[in-house]
Amino acid sequence: MPDAYIPVMLFVLVAIGFAIFTLIISGLVQSSRYNKVKLEPYECGIEPDTDARGRYSVRYYLIAMLFVIFDVETVFMFPWAVIMDELALFGLIEMLVFLFILVLGYVYAWRKGALDWV
Amino acid sequence: MVETIVFYTLSALILGLGVAVITTPNTVHSVLFLVMNFLCVAVIYVVLEAEFLAVIQVLVYAGGIVVLYLFVVMLVNLKRDPEAHQDPRRLSLVGLALAGAVLLELAGIVVYSYSREPSAPVAAAAASPVQGNVEQIGWLLYTDYLIPFEVASVLLLVAMVGAIVLAKREL
Repeated sequence: MPDAYIPVMLFVLVAIGFAIFTLIISGLVQSSRYNKVKLEPYECGIEPDTDARGRYSVRYYLIAMLFVIFDVETVFMFPWAVIMDELALFGLIEMLVFLFILVLGYVYAWRKGALDWV
Repeated sequence: MVETIVFYTLSALILGLGVAVITTPNTVHSVLFLVMNFLCVAVIYVVLEAEFLAVIQVLVYAGGIVVLYLFVVMLVNLKRDPEAHQDPRRLSLVGLALAGAVLLELAGIVVYSYSREPSAPVAAAAASPVQGNVEQIGWLLYTDYLIPFEVASVLLLVAMVGAIVLAKREL
């Protein structure tokens, strides 16, 4: 493994260590007197009236799915963008074909109203 | 030596987290275990010096796809008890067959990648006129693997249309 990752590893270790250290210290010094308000997700804020595990609208799924698809599309463009000069016109046409197929899907999503938030 | 230790530690973590994903009774916890699993896989990519894949693993899998999983978890009604069936093992044969097929496929990949020229893609990448991790992936993807790349866009299109049809219930 390249040595360049040793700082990253140290960073991760410090982050994990800090979290564990904080939990242990606060566990040692805290007083534990429970009441109902303390167990609520927000002590000051809108009071929850239903369970957090209620059912969500299917719209969220649709938006998340479209996000992932365009996310992947963008990922494909990164390696292309860094070597655009070497690939020249061939690469440009290639990417235009790729984008054209996805724009078809985009137009379909648009016309079906999948992007609207009614 | 260090690499070997890191690899086996990560592998044990990935397997353990994978088992945790399918055994946790709480579905949201299971998704959180999956995030940890994806992050460990990203670290394996870093160890293999595939930095681009590692970043993509974190961005797309640990970021985007897990959010999608969470929304799907939130879509289904978790409070309802699972339906009781007469025979709880009615799908065990199908499951066994599918698991066997996946095992065969994985074994096939291992055997194939050991038997062929060990570094054909590596050599191809080294012969490319560009240097660097992302650049070489790009070079291979947009020259040798042009057709799979374009097919990927069709796959994304199908996924998009499929999601819309599922959510809107009309074509």
